[in-house]
Amino acid sequence: MLRRSSAYVALLPMAITACVIYLGTTLWSLRVSFTSSRTFPVDTYVGFAQYVRLFGDDRWLLSLSNLAIYGTVVTIVCLVLGFVLAALIDWQVRGEAALRSVFLYPYAMSFVATGIVWQWLLNPTNGIQEMVRRLGFPEFEFDWIVDPDRVIYTIAIAAIWQSSGLVMVIMLAGLRGIDPDIWKAARLDGIPTWRIYVSIIRPMLTHSFATATILLLTAVVKLYDVVVAMTLGGPGTASEVPAKFIMDHLFGRANIALASAGSIVLLLTIAVLLAPVLYLRRHAAGLGSR
Amino acid sequence: MQAARTVLFGLALLLSLAAHAAAPRAEVMHWWTAGGEAAAVRTLADAFRAAGGTWVDTAVAGNEQARAVAISRVVGGQPPTAALFNTSKQFRELIDQGLLNNVDAVAVRDGWDKFLPEPILSTIRIGGHYYAAPVSIHSPTWIWYSHAAFRKAGVSAEPTTVDELFAALDRLKAAGLIPLAHGGQAWQENILFRAMLANVGGHDLYLKVVRDRDQRAIQSDAFRKVLLTFKRLRSYVDAAASGRNWNDATALVITGKAGMQIMGDWVKAEFAVARQRPGQEYGCIAGLGANAPYIVQGDAFVFPKSRDSQVIAAQQLLARVVTSPNAQVAFSVRKGSIPIGKGFDPAALDVCARKGVALMADPARVVGNDENYLTPDQNGALSDILTEYWNRATAVETVQKKIATALAN
Repeated sequence: MLRRSSAYVALLPMAITACVIYLGTTLWSLRVSFTSSRTFPVDTYVGFAQYVRLFGDDRWLLSLSNLAIYGTVVTIVCLVLGFVLAALIDWQVRGEAALRSVFLYPYAMSFVATGIVWQWLLNPTNGIQEMVRRLGFPEFEFDWIVDPDRVIYTIAIAAIWQSSGLVMVIMLAGLRGIDPDIWKAARLDGIPTWRIYVSIIRPMLTHSFATATILLLTAVVKLYDVVVAMTLGGPGTASEVPAKFIMDHLFGRANIALASAGSIVLLLTIAVLLAPVLYLRRHAAGLGSR
Repeated sequence: MQAARTVLFGLALLLSLAAHAAAPRAEVMHWWTAGGEAAAVRTLADAFRAAGGTWVDTAVAGNEQARAVAISRVVGGQPPTAALFNTSKQFRELIDQGLLNNVDAVAVRDGWDKFLPEPILSTIRIGGHYYAAPVSIHSPTWIWYSHAAFRKAGVSAEPTTVDELFAALDRLKAAGLIPLAHGGQAWQENILFRAMLANVGGHDLYLKVVRDRDQRAIQSDAFRKVLLTFKRLRSYVDAAASGRNWNDATALVITGKAGMQIMGDWVKAEFAVARQRPGQEYGCIAGLGANAPYIVQGDAFVFPKSRDSQVIAAQQLLARVVTSPNAQVAFSVRKGSIPIGKGFDPAALDVCARKGVALMADPARVVGNDENYLTPDQNGALSDILTEYWNRATAVETVQKKIATALAN
């Protein structure tokens, strides 16, 4: 009994933080989003007017669609790449420590630094394009970063470069937890190695996949710094993302009501996205304890 | 003996503290952190100290960030003595909410009405009270050009009309140079737009669109021509312009790789660092045509509300010092700006700044920057539309309609 209550006492600071700070500010944002506040919060309620304006705003709609493209590409590619890298390292143990460091290294960099490095690499007049041209391929073109229709993929490239290593480490930890007897049994049955990975190991790693997905999705939703560093939302508004829309309106454009409406929409989006993943994870945990 | 000494020491300490407290102490928030800017703000601090004040410097890098911090501190009840804003609608809500002290005493005594230009005055004088002390005037739409590039392209005279501007751009292009150095960021595209609105559209259309938000003017053929001319500039920009910073664009002009740049007079600091002089290695054009409006934007200190008489004294001293002739000239020379109004001795200024001072003398040519007239929100919406138009193929009529809608409310 005493042990139990001391556990609750220990949890209390975090519980208060969660309730007051997270929940409280969320409710506050919700309230502000129904007002006509500009620089300061005011109590003039305007119903859903800010939400109507939000969904009539080209830049917001483009931001949402950019986030969807970016999120899908980054999550899928990182999961696949991370799993493949982990499997290769797991299988080919020689040089493991070195390879693991190399792949995880980008994750240690700040997202802003990543953005600037990739901005340089992708710059059409002195980056990769120019380098390949000088190597003797004068027709080579890779100017996605200045192309409004493709720029969002360049941001995905930077994010994949940064995050795949993390997924790899999570997967590797999962792979190391697999009972060697399963490998022996599968080998005995003469199943090819790739098939073991795809059909036997991968389903056993549901837990790792769910963890990696949650980490990736939370990083996706708060996407902001790398965009600011790489493109400032440009060319035009082609690489704008919701978090940047919210930040711009919160301060520079002095419209906290519209910014709050945006953040509420973003929060609901996350909730909808994360619900199935969390369900999956709980399901997997349930299986594990059985 | 020991006790007497302690008492004496204590007394001395008290006296020195009292002397210290008597000097008006001002905590000044600003965003002037770059080399030339920091040197400029130091002249203000020195002038304030010479006038008997104590200057406490609180610099926050980035103007939006600095203003956000200032507003947070005002709302949180821990305001600085003075905070830097642009002479614009940025601090209008602070006034409406009664969060600023006025400096009427200084403004009336020094006769601000007599020497400040109207666009600056209209942002700081609200309801008959003066809520900010202007420190500098910049103009965002200067045309800068490289003498070397002009020589190489065979452009003999500096363009004086819009047609001559495009003729020069064509020649630069034919000579294999980047005709127009541009940084593809929304705010820089907005500067190009404003330059075209002023030079192609002229004084009246400029004010009708950005000040009056006149729907008919926005839908007019004249405004359509402005938008088309703005978009025409795009064909003189290099492929790698997207995302480039303004000073990297200036570097292209400095090295002679590009012919011109349309940008505010803060670029002079970049030229100065590269040891180039106005009128020698580079030239400056304030506007095209004899009647082109001269767009002014400025910086000003606002004074958060306080009832403490010492704080008020410090605020008034600061307002007096930063608008005084000596401080104005010393500051402008380092900042690259021009003094805030008529009656300042321009002898110490460079040739470009003197051009600006001369233009300021004619009130009919001076107009405010868009942020003088539009709220930050309206301005942002306009900026989004313009940068989209610059970067994507869109029908000009659609753009007119979007601008009309964005500025309607």
